[in-house]
Amino acid sequence: MNQLVNAILVFLVLTGFLLLASSRLVACIRAVAIQGILLGLLAIAAQDGHPSVVGVLLPLTSAAVKGFILPWLIVRAMRDADTVREIEPVIGYNLSVIIGAVALGVSLWLGQRLPLPNQPTSFLLVPAAFFTCLVGLVLLITRRKAITQVLGYLTLENGVYAFGAAVALEMPILVELGILLDVFVGVFVMGIAIFHISRQFDHIDTGRLVTLSDRVP
Amino acid sequence: MILLVILIPALAGAAAFFIGSDPLRRGLLVSTALVQFALSVATWILPPAPALSGWLAEDALGRLFLTLTSLLFLASSFYAVAYLRGERGESHSDFEEGFLFSNAREASFTGCLLLFLAAMTLVTLSQHLGLLWVAVEATTLASAPLIYFHRHHRSLEATWKYLLICSVGIALALLGIFFLAVAATSPGTAAVSLVLKDLLSDAPHLNPLWLKAAFVLMLVGYGTKMGLAPFHTWLPNAHSEAPSVASALLSGALLNCAFLGILRIHQICVASGLVDFSQRLLLVFGLLSMAVAAIFITGQVDYKRMLAYSSVEHMGILAVGVGLGGAGLFGSMLHVINHSLTKVMLFMVAGNLLAVYHTKTAKNVSGALQVLPVSGLLWVLGFLAITGSPPFGPFLSEFTILKAALDQGRSFVAITYLILLAIILAGMATPVLEMAQGTPREDIIVPAGRGVALSAVPAILGAAILLMGIYVPPALSRTIHEAARLLGQR
Repeated sequence: MNQLVNAILVFLVLTGFLLLASSRLVACIRAVAIQGILLGLLAIAAQDGHPSVVGVLLPLTSAAVKGFILPWLIVRAMRDADTVREIEPVIGYNLSVIIGAVALGVSLWLGQRLPLPNQPTSFLLVPAAFFTCLVGLVLLITRRKAITQVLGYLTLENGVYAFGAAVALEMPILVELGILLDVFVGVFVMGIAIFHISRQFDHIDTGRLVTLSDRVP
Repeated sequence: MILLVILIPALAGAAAFFIGSDPLRRGLLVSTALVQFALSVATWILPPAPALSGWLAEDALGRLFLTLTSLLFLASSFYAVAYLRGERGESHSDFEEGFLFSNAREASFTGCLLLFLAAMTLVTLSQHLGLLWVAVEATTLASAPLIYFHRHHRSLEATWKYLLICSVGIALALLGIFFLAVAATSPGTAAVSLVLKDLLSDAPHLNPLWLKAAFVLMLVGYGTKMGLAPFHTWLPNAHSEAPSVASALLSGALLNCAFLGILRIHQICVASGLVDFSQRLLLVFGLLSMAVAAIFITGQVDYKRMLAYSSVEHMGILAVGVGLGGAGLFGSMLHVINHSLTKVMLFMVAGNLLAVYHTKTAKNVSGALQVLPVSGLLWVLGFLAITGSPPFGPFLSEFTILKAALDQGRSFVAITYLILLAIILAGMATPVLEMAQGTPREDIIVPAGRGVALSAVPAILGAAILLMGIYVPPALSRTIHEAARLLGQR
């Protein structure tokens, strides 16, 4: 089990780097989809002993939503918005990857600074979760397109979810489903908003959404 | 009973999407608001039994916030019906730039309003922190379409920023909840309960390092939603672009719900002896919010944005009150009520002025007292109330917080607080008074057949604010004291 968990975590970190380095929107959507599936597997693999029926069904539902339904929604939003399939980052890809490497270092350091009370299944769990959160934040800040910002939000959410799986936290089903529903509706509403943005402005470059601002007098 | 309070608006909201007839749907809106308000008042007399194995229960804090939310929603529903009647027609001309735009379907707007109420009710009654998180995120999703009621590019920009910034903030709060779960895990035990009661009784054994990290993340996360500086950036946009009735609810009810999220984790910090840590952070962010608001209110040209920044200021005041502790807690809880009543009234009046003057620029409005005597008068009185002038309610609560600071010998906090309040008073005085006085432009016509509710509702709220300044009902005062005790007042 332990090796399986480690392998999943290494893949999780790799998808993070893929997100930072990729110039194609479709590749990024795919990377986020893979993350969603990996997290479902992680939640099953990280449980010790025989997992219960609910303990398997919930991660599978989450994997289905994050690995297939949400990416499909995003791809649809991308088609409707008829956007250029390139990312157009504020900073270059090389710099993004370097930032990613620094983020990985910070995550490893944080993982050591904040020791878990219960010995986790793998020492990589907490750093990988933090790293995914940080990648999400970097994407949110450095990418211009509305769609990539949604991807950044999803990556952040994945990181948070990974942390939940890492500490093998047993949330009640109702809450777990509620969280999943919120993320789903959130992405759904953002998809609709992207469609309206593209119709209204003929672009989905959030860097150009600057009508509303205050200047210090 | 607890389930009913949540389910009634939720079901009515779902139904409202499919009701085609305008009068029927508006009737549903008002009657749901009435029933929900009646139920929440009934909980004062008959305390409801906890539901869902203790995840939903009503403590003093919940009762206070629930009743306030229901009351404000009731007031807003009457106003909304009158407002929606005036918004009929295929297309509207934009006041600022002159282009034509259409509105979202009224059915969606009403449905989202009711779902918004259901989500806020769930926030006030959640005792399980995970459920609380789900509810707070649900308020974001239900209220985003409200901001995009007028379909044009500015409201869309505001909606996008609101959705994204708040969702990201709330995601951090979820990480904070997981951290809290880690703090509650002791070696060897597996199951962690995130129910507030269990966490509070277990508080002395929580791991302080993880608890501190959890508090910071939840303060940032819910603080984003509450509009604490420097995470407030979505707030002025959303409040200025949303229809006034939605702005009123966002400012008066939604921000309180986010504040409640912070209060819950603060409760845990108090119980586990980390009260100095959480109070210090709340004080810092509170004063910072007031300072940011003071900077942006001074010289603000858009009167709805001015009100939005005033909300940032008052959220800061609430945080300062809790950060001081002691009598400041009572002041802060009282201020929640006073601020909400006043701000909802002011946004409603701002909506009336906007409908007549067709501009949000303060200097293009003059003679409001002549054109709209009731709204004009309420505008001036509301300004006096919100800036903390006696004899209105906010004066009493702001003064209580100031007194708490002085009693504790924190002269730096007290002086900064007073200076910032004075700057804001001066910054708001000029635009507000110039709007009210003077002679109106000649082309200003008051549209015939305005709904009575448009003036009557804010007038009633105005009377309530005045009353709160002179006389706080004993039952209310008891509940506020009880809430303050929950937050650690001895």
